Amino acid sequence: MGSAVLPTSATPAAARRRSPLLHPAAKPLLFVLALGPFAWLLYGAIANTLGANPAEALIRASGDWTLRFLCLTLAITPLRVMAGQPALARFRRMLGLFAFFYGVLHFLAYAWLDMGLELDAIVRDIPKRPFALVGFLALLLMLPLAATSFNRAIKALGARRWQMLHKAVYAVVLLGLLHFFWMRAAKNNFAEVAVYAALIAGLLGWRIWHAWRGRAARAA
Amino acid sequence: MHFRPNRGFDHAVPSEITPRSIYDERRALLKSMALGTGGAALAAWAGREAFAQAARPNKLAPLPGARSTVAGALTMEKLTAYNDVTGYNNYYEFGTDKSDPARTAGTLKTRPWTVAVEGEVKKPKVYDLDELLKLAPMEERVYRLRCVEGWSMVIPWVGYSLAELVKRVEPTGNAKYVEFTTLADPKQMPYLGSRVLSWPYVEGLRLDEALNPLAMLVFGLYGEVLPNQNGAPLRLAVPWKYGFKSGKSIVRIRFTEKQPQTSWNHAAAQEYGFYSNVNPNVDHPRWSQATERRIGEDGLFAKKRATLMFNGYEAQVGQLYAGMDLKKLF
Repeated sequence: MGSAVLPTSATPAAARRRSPLLHPAAKPLLFVLALGPFAWLLYGAIANTLGANPAEALIRASGDWTLRFLCLTLAITPLRVMAGQPALARFRRMLGLFAFFYGVLHFLAYAWLDMGLELDAIVRDIPKRPFALVGFLALLLMLPLAATSFNRAIKALGARRWQMLHKAVYAVVLLGLLHFFWMRAAKNNFAEVAVYAALIAGLLGWRIWHAWRGRAARAA
Repeated sequence: MHFRPNRGFDHAVPSEITPRSIYDERRALLKSMALGTGGAALAAWAGREAFAQAARPNKLAPLPGARSTVAGALTMEKLTAYNDVTGYNNYYEFGTDKSDPARTAGTLKTRPWTVAVEGEVKKPKVYDLDELLKLAPMEERVYRLRCVEGWSMVIPWVGYSLAELVKRVEPTGNAKYVEFTTLADPKQMPYLGSRVLSWPYVEGLRLDEALNPLAMLVFGLYGEVLPNQNGAPLRLAVPWKYGFKSGKSIVRIRFTEKQPQTSWNHAAAQEYGFYSNVNPNVDHPRWSQATERRIGEDGLFAKKRATLMFNGYEAQVGQLYAGMDLKKLF
């Protein structure tokens, strides 16, 4: 299990070259797939197939997809390590940026469809409601991460500082989960919330366990 | 809050003002009556106005109703499409997604059906559905329905004033409230196992609210019997309160001295008060109640419309709450 600590050195170069994850079409394919929900929602909005309350459907679906892409982004590292597939790391940035994209879409859907793009109404509405405030904070926290998602930013910040900054994604996903939990809380409707909570607990728990094991190994 | 007595000129929305053409027609009719030629004209008039215009969707058994004469009972706003009225429902016993009940409520058995009317009344009785259907003449009323979630519909209900039933059972002097219990049968209702609410669903009104002629016992919509997902075979429609106050598939009506413990108030007292009157000035803790989206009508990017005090029925029901602090008694 040395690969868990130093994955790159443990995977034979030949195996890596054969991996379909390194195929030139892999990234464009993921890009198109990740745009799928957006395309589906856009089609639904135009063709009016989003049900009786399309605004509500758009706001909810964009929020769901933000949480899903956050989970996918956070799943990359555990999968990469456990499956010994370092090539998976290539997709993390794109998935993270899609989480941001759907988060922005979620906010825009709220601001436009629910608040009529009235800035003063939005500014008054968000702080009044803790659940909205938490969601808004999560989006704000994603801003610096999205803004530093290119190689030159890593160089400019230094890898260490860049990595520290991007650990904020853990706070983002927890705030997002709280936002979703609060939204469903009044109806005691926690089935879906529980699924996301378990997933996120697993993804973050694995990191704690992994860091602890690494420290223990170094100490030994 | 200031309440004015209704002198007959209060119109919540411009669409409720009698159109000029109809007004002129009525003047002409009165004139013809004065001239003694009114008989023939009256027959045509009655024929034209006797039954409502909501076109039957031909999906369920017909249940016609004469146009209601109750003040405020016939808004002239555009009706919400039958498919939206019957496909976008909050009926948690059949699932929490609003598209669930239309798919899952087929298991509801609406016959035989009885409603036990009991408690502080001189004449308690278990009514059979057929008795209730014949208890008073069926009326068609077009009510706005404002959901606490911030959306609204305009629905042509068929039924009669709840007061018709209340008067027949003769409430005693102790009766201050009316409690409505809806069906809770796990064999018919797939989501009764969920912990969303404590079942059965219980709602309540103050006795004077229940006696207001706008409070309606509903048996049908769009000229047909109620679809299961809308609360068949009988439900309430209390148009000046948020939709959840109007219980579906009612099996028991109890008159009590104490305020009933209602389901949503029990689940989240800080969010759902006993009164739950539509009030644009009192926000839900998690969202504003100042505006609403009319289902199927307002375009996706259209500005939401302003929510009206008591859902536009202030002239008819405002006096029930005179002197009450509606911010505290929300």
